[in-house]
Amino acid sequence: MSGAHATPETPEVYGLMAEFDDPDRLVEVTRDAYGRGFRQMEAYTPFPVEGLDHALGYHRNKVPRTVFAGALIGGLSGFLLQCWSAMYYYPHNIAGKPLYSWPAFIPITFETTVLGGALSAVFGMLFFNGLPKLYHPVFNAPAFALASDDRFFLCIQSRDPLFDPAETLAFLETCGPRSVSVVPY
Amino acid sequence: MADHQHDDGRPPVLAPGHTYATVTSTISDIVLTRPLDWRWAVGMGIGSSLLLVFGAAVSMLLFKGVGIWGVNAPVMWGWAIINFVWWVGIGHAGTLISAILLLLKQQWRTSINRFAEAMTLFAVACAGMFPLLHMGRPWKFFWMMPYPSTMALLPQWRSPLVWDVFAVSTYATVSALFWYVGLIPDLATLRDRAKNKWVAMIYGSLALGWRGSARHWSRYKSAYMLLAALATPLVVSVHTVVSLDFAASVIPGWHATIFPPYFVAGAIFSGFAMVVTLCVPLRAWYGLKDFITIRHLDNMAKIILATGMIVGYGYAMEFFIAWYSGNPYEEFLLLDARPFGTYSNAYRCMILCNVGIPQLLWVPAIRRNPVLLWIISIFVNIGMWLERYVIVVTSLSQDFLPSSWADYNPTIWDVATFLGTIGLFTFLLFLFVRVLPAIAVAEMRELVHEKHHEHAAAGAAVAEAHGENR
Repeated sequence: MSGAHATPETPEVYGLMAEFDDPDRLVEVTRDAYGRGFRQMEAYTPFPVEGLDHALGYHRNKVPRTVFAGALIGGLSGFLLQCWSAMYYYPHNIAGKPLYSWPAFIPITFETTVLGGALSAVFGMLFFNGLPKLYHPVFNAPAFALASDDRFFLCIQSRDPLFDPAETLAFLETCGPRSVSVVPY
Repeated sequence: MADHQHDDGRPPVLAPGHTYATVTSTISDIVLTRPLDWRWAVGMGIGSSLLLVFGAAVSMLLFKGVGIWGVNAPVMWGWAIINFVWWVGIGHAGTLISAILLLLKQQWRTSINRFAEAMTLFAVACAGMFPLLHMGRPWKFFWMMPYPSTMALLPQWRSPLVWDVFAVSTYATVSALFWYVGLIPDLATLRDRAKNKWVAMIYGSLALGWRGSARHWSRYKSAYMLLAALATPLVVSVHTVVSLDFAASVIPGWHATIFPPYFVAGAIFSGFAMVVTLCVPLRAWYGLKDFITIRHLDNMAKIILATGMIVGYGYAMEFFIAWYSGNPYEEFLLLDARPFGTYSNAYRCMILCNVGIPQLLWVPAIRRNPVLLWIISIFVNIGMWLERYVIVVTSLSQDFLPSSWADYNPTIWDVATFLGTIGLFTFLLFLFVRVLPAIAVAEMRELVHEKHHEHAAAGAAVAEAHGENR
């Protein structure tokens, strides 16, 4: 909780935030920063910008396999629940149908598959994103409210080994931002 | 203006001249600055008044029992099931727009998906009321679910009615999740734009701390696309299972293999009609004609026309199979009782509303006229209600043995419950328009971005005779 705009001493500073008008410019700058060796950085945009995640060096998205696992677990538990209840727990002859009447179990298996997949998509996405998290240092950046409107931000974090308050600031200033600001913790 | 024509003669999906900021402010200001609007007050007044009627009807039902409704032997499925199927059908358009059109990369879905999804949720909530109330003891609803009960009873998995429980509850859950995931970035926009601290805190909590990070967006997009991919077969399955409630029985007029596709087409037909019914006033009252353009109305009218033709084919097929099968009960019911019997008025109105009137949509000028389109959509809503009425009532009232025939008449409480759910629907919709963004703001900004790129591409090929094509 240091003073909001104190001199950028590395431990008290979360990072440096550059503000841009144009998403395509942000992608270029991010690619440039990645090329210079910055890794601990994050971009903030009001809508998903194509290629920005790759520019940041982010390729390992775990959501799809989480959804696959969730759908598989949902489907299997739906089907096995029906088999268990119709064959072992409460076997009952209904209209002479076999106890293991698997075709009749398919609709519910399908529904539980979709349910398992959907729940794991949403909660998996939130889990990997670390949400809900109502406080985050980047909210301290001035004008960051516009990250949900029409501005595009790149934040180079102070924990990056290459981070140097003066040099990183100078680098960001050369990228043609609207502004560069210090993000306090 | 929204009526601006493009080179290919089709109106645009987004009126020209919009930037990220204008899109954000136009949509979020409807919620945050809340201009005083008498039309909203009137609509909300009607909705909440009918909601009170619903409260009275449900209280009476719980106090006296299902006997206050018109259902009796042999018509054991009366308005309750008719209304259930009608509402579930209406719900289908929302998921269709948000999921199927997303996967097909249809840009015009962007500005109508949010409130179509809201409409889906509210319609499914209304639909759910009917089976619940029809049980007689709604507080024992959990008996339908598999749970370790001391009675050692579990659902009968071979029954389509049990499938229905799973289909509709899964559908409601997945629709709610899809809607909420879509809302998260927009709730963050409202948080950031709210002037009032408490309002910002409420939206902020609901936004879960969304900060638009690129890695978050990447996972978000994956989750959203996968939800769409999962919801696409789901939307088809729900009305299929609803139709199996009928088709798996042996009642004449119900026991038909055409039922699943014909019900799904009917659901999309009625759902799009309801979207048009809601869309036309919404865009006019809230100044959203730049976002919900004539192009959207035109496209929705085409879907109504196409699905209406499928429904018409379903009617024709029912006739044909009744004759071709040689089954005397089917022949009697479909070739005699429905078109000429006690309920022939309902049947003829149904044909007029669902097959006759939508033919006007072949004319482009009618498709692009909001007022005419709105009137046609009302006819379709009525027609689709009548379709379910005809299916349920005619088949049950005159089945195999004339000694068991009886006519069906709804009571005032049937009407009150139905009007009550319309009140619930209206109330929730007006509340929604007031407290949440009715158009997906983040997706609209993305659309603006795509349009910029298309313009840039078109600018590069400026020698081409045709500019942009969408």
